[in-house]
Amino acid sequence: MASKLMQRRRDRIDELAAGADEGVSLAKDAMRRMARNPVAITGASIIAVFAVLAVLSPVLAPKDPFIRYNELTDRLRPDAIPGPMPGFLLGSDQNGYDFFSRLLVGAQQTLIVGVMATLIGVSIGIVLGGLAGAIGGWVDTLLMRFTDIMLSFPSLLLAISIAALFARTSQWTVIIAVAMVAVPIFARLLRGSMLAQRHSDHVLAATALGVHRRTIVFRHMLPNALGPVIVQATLTLATAIIDAAALSFLGLGDPDPVRAEWGLMLANAQDYLEVKPELAFYPAIAIIVVALGFTLLGESLREALDPKTRR
Amino acid sequence: MALLEVRDLSVVFSRKGQSPFSAVDGVSFSVQPGQTVGLVGESGCGKSVTSLAIMGLLPRRSARVGGSVAFEGTELFSLSDKEMRDRRGKDLGMVFQDPLSSLNPVVPIGLQVTEVLERHRGMARKQARAEATELLNKVGIPDPTRRLSEYPHQLSGGMRQRALIAIALACRPRLLIADEPTTALDVTIQAQILSLLKELVAGTETALIMITHDLGVVAGLCDEVNVLYGGRIVERAERHELFAAPRHPYTHGLLDSIPRLDAARGEKLSPIRGSVADNIPWDGGCAFAPRCPNALRTCVEVTPELEWHEGRLLRCHNPVQPAALGVGSKEAR
Ligand SMILES: Nc1ncnc2c1ncn2[C@@H]1O[C@H](COP(=O)(O)OP(=O)(O)O)[C@@H](O)[C@H]1O
Ligand SMILES: [Mg+2]
Repeated sequence: MASKLMQRRRDRIDELAAGADEGVSLAKDAMRRMARNPVAITGASIIAVFAVLAVLSPVLAPKDPFIRYNELTDRLRPDAIPGPMPGFLLGSDQNGYDFFSRLLVGAQQTLIVGVMATLIGVSIGIVLGGLAGAIGGWVDTLLMRFTDIMLSFPSLLLAISIAALFARTSQWTVIIAVAMVAVPIFARLLRGSMLAQRHSDHVLAATALGVHRRTIVFRHMLPNALGPVIVQATLTLATAIIDAAALSFLGLGDPDPVRAEWGLMLANAQDYLEVKPELAFYPAIAIIVVALGFTLLGESLREALDPKTRR
Repeated sequence: MALLEVRDLSVVFSRKGQSPFSAVDGVSFSVQPGQTVGLVGESGCGKSVTSLAIMGLLPRRSARVGGSVAFEGTELFSLSDKEMRDRRGKDLGMVFQDPLSSLNPVVPIGLQVTEVLERHRGMARKQARAEATELLNKVGIPDPTRRLSEYPHQLSGGMRQRALIAIALACRPRLLIADEPTTALDVTIQAQILSLLKELVAGTETALIMITHDLGVVAGLCDEVNVLYGGRIVERAERHELFAAPRHPYTHGLLDSIPRLDAARGEKLSPIRGSVADNIPWDGGCAFAPRCPNALRTCVEVTPELEWHEGRLLRCHNPVQPAALGVGSKEAR
């Protein structure tokens, strides 16, 4: 008796709740849950600051990051690199550029590399995983064997091998190498969640209604399978930035030392660690904080989209 | 001619490394236009498999389907995939057990209704939307225009099942299969959904196959009832006859395990002994024998056939005697 009463009350509350969030989709529901999560807010704030810096860095930079300043070069000695001085917030780098301005502009370059690599990786991964999940059969087997092989290499090693295939290294070497490492991850992820969708009740129900196969794949399977991919993409942004930095560090990226990119700055600073450790320290911190931001956001997104924690 | 003629339907599941499992065996029944037929039995007896076989929805790889299913004289099993897709949702509709998981969570209710209307009735989006409003209204969903733009998780369980019924009936199928449509719902909502189904099929040509483990559900709804046990029909009778005098000990047990309002105080419900878990295959005796209060020696030696017995079909060597009813099972123990 009591339990029945409870049940009725629960239903009533559910109904009220349902009435309150009129027209709210699952995505909005997830957004609302994220907005209440301090971890999500921290991650999103970090990324927001980073994004604003990246976009506005050309305007914000107090000096031109690509000009050697005489004030700096004059004082540049093998055992001393100028520290903070009027007009130059963090002083000079090893080549006589304004270090602070280069750090700011580096945000833009790093974001571009990370986002491009992730986008390319996700796109190819979705196509391959979607095909495998929707068609099945030998297409599935073939594609999954291929991803197995790719995944059996440590990711950085794979990225290095891919980058090493290019005759001339450039920024695109890094982007493509990092993207290719992400492809099998996304392919496998989407394929798995497409398979789960294929055996789901609502896909069976749609099939029982005679809905076209195309509609079933694109309306009933794919949108429901994308959740984990979105989460993984956010997390991949973090690793893409770190991997890109690592490739630059290893000299597999753009060889032009003038380019301001955190990984490259870090790499070029290694000979001056004893003279001016900040030259390595600041880019490294920037990379870590940004990667942390994407990781925090990705993890809280995963939590918010998890049906088990929902209501 | 019958609307649906199921002949000797059998489904065998075979998985790698496992011995083949016969889920449905020699099931035959027919459904007339406008008729409501019940398929009753405990969970695991093959009700869902039977309905999925009729709809052609069993996995090709693991399920071997035998026998025949004729819909208005057309043999469904010989149709091509495309022809079958054209019939599903249009001629044959289905309502599933769990209304929440049967709806696509990321698609608004409205689109899930208009989808079938566009598919089978060739309607344009706008016309389909008007029809969808009409349909939701018909199944008793208040404020249908607003509900159309809502997502499944925003509806209550009962409302979701109403929406699913609206979707299944959108193209006015001549046969609706309802697989335990009320099992996932509250008791009070159950009654509402049942009377809605009854109301929707009454006086129309739409036939209904009502699948349930609850004889109470078929009592107010079905014209004819098939009782399934271990993948076979063990008793078939017209509803009143079945309830007045269940002859198979299994049916008798099912009826006895329904709570009754007029039961004397302190009188205990009598559930059937054991469970389907101690199922034995039908060869070499009656599958129900280990749980049967009436079991004789022949029951574990000779497999009973489905035979005519005083105006009904019965698969039993030692049926319950009508005289013993009322006091019946209590004395038997
Ligand atoms: N896809 C499947 N593969 C293997 N066995 C199955 C499958 N579907 C159902 N079964 C088995 O068939 C039997 C009947 O199942 P079902 O028809 O779902 O029972 P119910 O009467 O409760 O609806 C069960 O023993 C079940 O385990
Ligand atoms: Mg079932």
